[in-house]
Amino acid sequence: MIGADQLPRVLHGATGRPLTLAQHDEVFGPLGHAPSLDELRDSGLTGHGGAGFATWRKAQLIGDQRGHTKFVVVNAMEGEPAAHKDRTLIGANPHLVLDGAEYLAGVVGASRIAVCVSRDNPGTINHLQHAIHERERRTRRATSLELHTPPWRYVAGEESALVHWLDDNESLPQYRPRRPHVLRIGHAPALVDNAETCAHVGLIARFGASWFRSLGTETSPGSALVSISGAVSRPCVLEVAFATPLRTILARAGADRDPWAVLLGGYGGAWLDARHLDTPYDNDALAPLGSSVGAGVIIVLPKSGCGVVETQRITRWMANESARQCGPCAFGLPALADDLARLTSNGRDAAAARARLVDRCSAIEGRGACRHPDGVVRLVRSALEVFAEHIEDHVRGRYCAASHSSHHVAAVPSLEREAELVWE
Amino acid sequence: MGVRRTGGFVLALNPVLCDGFGHCAELAPDLVHLDEWGYPVLTGEPVPFSNLAARESTRYAVRGCPRQALRIERVNLSQ
Ligand code: SF4
Ligand code: SF4
Repeated sequence: MIGADQLPRVLHGATGRPLTLAQHDEVFGPLGHAPSLDELRDSGLTGHGGAGFATWRKAQLIGDQRGHTKFVVVNAMEGEPAAHKDRTLIGANPHLVLDGAEYLAGVVGASRIAVCVSRDNPGTINHLQHAIHERERRTRRATSLELHTPPWRYVAGEESALVHWLDDNESLPQYRPRRPHVLRIGHAPALVDNAETCAHVGLIARFGASWFRSLGTETSPGSALVSISGAVSRPCVLEVAFATPLRTILARAGADRDPWAVLLGGYGGAWLDARHLDTPYDNDALAPLGSSVGAGVIIVLPKSGCGVVETQRITRWMANESARQCGPCAFGLPALADDLARLTSNGRDAAAARARLVDRCSAIEGRGACRHPDGVVRLVRSALEVFAEHIEDHVRGRYCAASHSSHHVAAVPSLEREAELVWE
Repeated sequence: MGVRRTGGFVLALNPVLCDGFGHCAELAPDLVHLDEWGYPVLTGEPVPFSNLAARESTRYAVRGCPRQALRIERVNLSQ
């Protein structure tokens, strides 16, 4: 039993090696509750993959579908280069994630569970394979567990792209005219939940909804994993209760005490000025500041860095990661990256580029089949706001030292598709 | 069509199918304009069925789209 306000929760009992099934039973005890949608609803659990949608609503939607086969898809794709929470979680408590998935399968009546990890992540694949074997040795379960390894791409972790992969081996997001939309593998409805969400479900299955609510707030109960990087002495994954002040979280990672800004939510998230660091870390408190918890990523930008350069690098990478299905995303995102590049390199049209960025952001928003371009628009808009004075300096030709240095804060994988992009 | 229709419609686009040929903007200029990359931007405003001209041009656009990316969606107009 984990105490009601004890942390960590999903990382409880972590030893540095994944817990075996026997150790897992010892640490967490048996599953106490039969699968029930009411328990999920009472817990108020929301998804930890980025969108923050209520988990019970999704489960209800899939539970209401007819069909003798249903899927629960565990999304551990982790497309964000700055996110490490899912692999840390599976490296510690793989069985907790699988417990949660089985509980969800019980709630919606699913007979198959598909766990998805990107194939560039062999360590995590190993842990999961091992955990699945252990479970299969112990009992012949009603739900079958399968492991899938789609290729790693940013958008491959988007839920419709993931289901598309399972259905058709294509990691491309699907067009969904109406939301909420029931994703299907063949004819079978699929419930897609993030790995961390499943782990929380695994705990709710044991200790119940009121235990779960003893941390966090009314609307964001429980705890969350955050991946902290950038200007910190210990880049790490921490488990924090919702509504913990950001400053406390940063202090635990040994962050720069006087940063310029933090990037919250991931590469499709938003910059937050450091004067807001006393804000509680939950969606309700962050929403008025145009920010959100997102995929649980925090990147710290020091005073010596340059937010414009970081935004430009991230935008360029995100533009490369577009699935190039929709025009506004395929052409709009590179255009945004070009405009940002004009703001950071010596050129005369920096002022025009800044004006164009505003127009292009509104031209792109909401016009893709998935939310990928909207995330980038959010990032760029927040940069225009938070770094407004600094951009003004750039426009007037006063470039900061950081904009010429090759030392950067945000980890961006190399642009392998750059050549292709230029050619197109 | 014989049947008297109340309510209205919106023009909806599947951005995955659309390849930016731009026929729709020529056929239904009131409802569609093109962005700087040549992809259609829809107004998204519901149009009452009583607006026959708009209804006609929208139907042309839907039929004229080489990728069949456009669709007419019925909506209830709340007054
Ligand atoms: S919006 Fe972008 S990433 Fe999403 S489906 Fe369209 S092209 Fe792909
Ligand atoms: S006609 Fe069809 S394919 Fe061409 S721009 Fe319009 S919607 Fe896109």
